[in-house]
Amino acid sequence: MCLAIPGKVVDTFDQRGMRMAKVQFGGIVREACLEYVPETQIGEYVLVHVGFAISRIDEAEAERTYQALRDLDQLTELESPVVEEVEPGGYRQ
Amino acid sequence: MKYLDEYRDGDVAQKIVGEMRRIQTRPWVLMEVCGGQTHSIVKSGIDHLLPEGVELVHGPGCPVCVTPLEMIDKAHAIARQPNVIFCSFGDMLRVPGSDGDLFTIKSLGGDVRVVYSPIDCLKIARANPAKQVVFFAIGFETTAPANAMLAWRAREEQVSNVSLLVSHVLVPPALEVILQAPDNRVQGFLGPGHVCAVMGYSEYDPISARYQVPIVVTGFEPIDILHGTLMTLQQLEEGRAVVENQYSRVLGREGNLPAQKLVNRVFEVIDRKWRGIGTIPMSGFRLRDEFAQQDAEKLFDVAEIATLEPEICISGQILRGIKKPHDCPAFGTLCTPQRPLGATMVSAEGACAAYYAYGRHLKPQAAETLSQIVAASSGSHQGAIANGQL
Repeated sequence: MCLAIPGKVVDTFDQRGMRMAKVQFGGIVREACLEYVPETQIGEYVLVHVGFAISRIDEAEAERTYQALRDLDQLTELESPVVEEVEPGGYRQ
Repeated sequence: MKYLDEYRDGDVAQKIVGEMRRIQTRPWVLMEVCGGQTHSIVKSGIDHLLPEGVELVHGPGCPVCVTPLEMIDKAHAIARQPNVIFCSFGDMLRVPGSDGDLFTIKSLGGDVRVVYSPIDCLKIARANPAKQVVFFAIGFETTAPANAMLAWRAREEQVSNVSLLVSHVLVPPALEVILQAPDNRVQGFLGPGHVCAVMGYSEYDPISARYQVPIVVTGFEPIDILHGTLMTLQQLEEGRAVVENQYSRVLGREGNLPAQKLVNRVFEVIDRKWRGIGTIPMSGFRLRDEFAQQDAEKLFDVAEIATLEPEICISGQILRGIKKPHDCPAFGTLCTPQRPLGATMVSAEGACAAYYAYGRHLKPQAAETLSQIVAASSGSHQGAIANGQL
């Protein structure tokens, strides 16, 4: 539950005033909030817990930890549904 | 690249265990605090690799496990309401309350959704203005910044139809409860790495000093856990008791300051009941009064539901490191992950569920081979050896 998964920041964007990123975890790209590591730049690696980057790490560490989590079957949270922003009454998750 | 790492890692693990054997003069009992560490230990068989007399017991750091049954029943009562979209992390869905689980409620027509991040609830709430979106905000300190952000943004963005059912717990008060018990066995802790990535580790200094126990903040990979165990043993054998950081490649003493700032802005510390353990003073968070509009317990009139845990369940003693899962007569028979009786069986990170999943039904089995155990890690630990730290 306190798992944090390393990923690479491949894009950053603003979401209603929150600094957000697209983070690549192996073959999956998910959004993560960068508010707690605001200095993070595109191309850097972060540890992400429930959609929030909580720490910056280096590339070698990220690679190693990702492999370790995969071997320990600890990547399932990345498969949680993606919630898209939709207008009221629009298609739901 | 991974194959080389596996090969090197076997050497690292053997060196670490060899060093444990060299310095160990008597039996020691250490506790890994975090459920993620427990999962890693049981899955990879680290506990069987350690020298005889170095025992790992499994701590209370599984938030799904320690969420009290009353709170789960409260969540279910809210989730059953027709105008509610109930959102949760995936691992809470299978936890049974007094009457079924969230999957049952979903199958009966309740709108129950798994979210990846708490702030997904903002999008769901904006898309469904006629519904109340309630998020089951459980977790330890690691998860608090994410949950705090949901409450904060809901208020700032004036998304009035989103609220949090908060059941947040804190690690340091639980360690004190373990250490204060007359039957305590724990002589040193592998501290929770990601909790400390958020909070830092200075709050563990007074605990280490007061109870004279080493606390080594430790990561989650098999090699991390072996290394953290060695660092703890070194302290015990040298008669030292301080806080050290095995996981320095991820965190520093001060933790994540922006995260701590928002957590303190949104939450305040209160007494919390822990499943299997009971009420621990000042051991959790609730939303501050200024976030009353985001507080599901204030918005939904859900009466306190008295619940009874099965008497046979020994999860309280397991969470405090006094007993192991196979000491329980119900383990694997009356109590399984499909029909859990208590705290340590309800989540994959609970000690009982981990023992069950990895075939520890009766008694310790032979460890997997060293190369399997450490297949997951390598790298920076080579540096530790090169630098003479081991």
